[in-house]
Amino acid sequence: MRATGASPIGLPASVPVGRYTKGVLESAGLWTAIETKMVGANTVRQALDYVARAEVDAGFVYSTDAALMPDKVKVAITVPTQKPILYPVVPIAASTNAAAATKFVEFLLSPQAQAVLAKYGFGKYGFGKP
Amino acid sequence: MEGAWVALALTLKVAGWATALNLVLGVGIGFAMARARFPGRDVLDAVLTLPMVMPPTVLGYYLLVLIGSHSPLGGWLIQHLGIRLIFTWQGAVIAAAVVAFPLVFKAARAAFETVDPQLEDAARTLGMGEVAVFFRVSLPLAWHGILAGVLLSFARALGEFGATLMVAGSIPGRTQTLSIAVYESVQAGQDDAANFLVAVTSIVCIAVLLSAGRLVPGRIARRE
Repeated sequence: MRATGASPIGLPASVPVGRYTKGVLESAGLWTAIETKMVGANTVRQALDYVARAEVDAGFVYSTDAALMPDKVKVAITVPTQKPILYPVVPIAASTNAAAATKFVEFLLSPQAQAVLAKYGFGKYGFGKP
Repeated sequence: MEGAWVALALTLKVAGWATALNLVLGVGIGFAMARARFPGRDVLDAVLTLPMVMPPTVLGYYLLVLIGSHSPLGGWLIQHLGIRLIFTWQGAVIAAAVVAFPLVFKAARAAFETVDPQLEDAARTLGMGEVAVFFRVSLPLAWHGILAGVLLSFARALGEFGATLMVAGSIPGRTQTLSIAVYESVQAGQDDAANFLVAVTSIVCIAVLLSAGRLVPGRIARRE
């Protein structure tokens, strides 16, 4: 069995990137065609590693992950997701370190931290909010 | 639920081939290590036992580098034999075999070391060749210990997860073994599927261990 056309994506049911990929491909009517060629990976980084090692022809990963290996992987297409991929951050109400947690959240929203996130390809705080 | 039977059949196939491979390699190398004396034997023994104690992710990484499609070995296999090991059940066999190898090797070496060399010498004085001595004297005498190791290695191969997932990926019906299917259903919050898979896995493992007990009676049973 040759799987040269295989493209690893995250496990569709479990890893978030797999869910996003499945959603996009289903709405484009491509899921059934790709499903048989797909290799589930444990994490998005594992999928990226398979691409970097040329074990597969292509993989679905976050652009922020692809940007980590610019010399090994090439971004073929940027797939628009149905919903923006958001990373929520909240201090826990029951936290014993509420003050520090709040301070950390505030730091993440500061221009300094946002610049670091932007450097690694993440969008600005509030991006994609209606 | 149907997926569980597919995963079970695949798991048995992978574990079966891995065990067959280990039977040949483990017995051969175990015998050589029990009889041969050479410098660095202890180091070699440690290296051969390593897969049992190393984290599966480390093994998986080693295997990816060693048998990957663009590695010298993996590339050669694809070009000359058309065998691709990454993302195939054959790759899962290699991963399971490597992880379970020390169980056969260790058992075989210990079993051969308990065989009285005088019996082998006696066979030689009666005109048997080395091959005949091995198959008609050493192997039958060591067989019980080897069988115990083989069954343990089969059980270990059944449960292989980490290295298999890295090398073979998780392709339903092709490389998704029981343990990987369990992992996926738990991750996805599909508790019903997970419960069923876990039950199937437990029953299979108990069956293997029970038959191990029957096939390899302990010392007490043999004395009776």
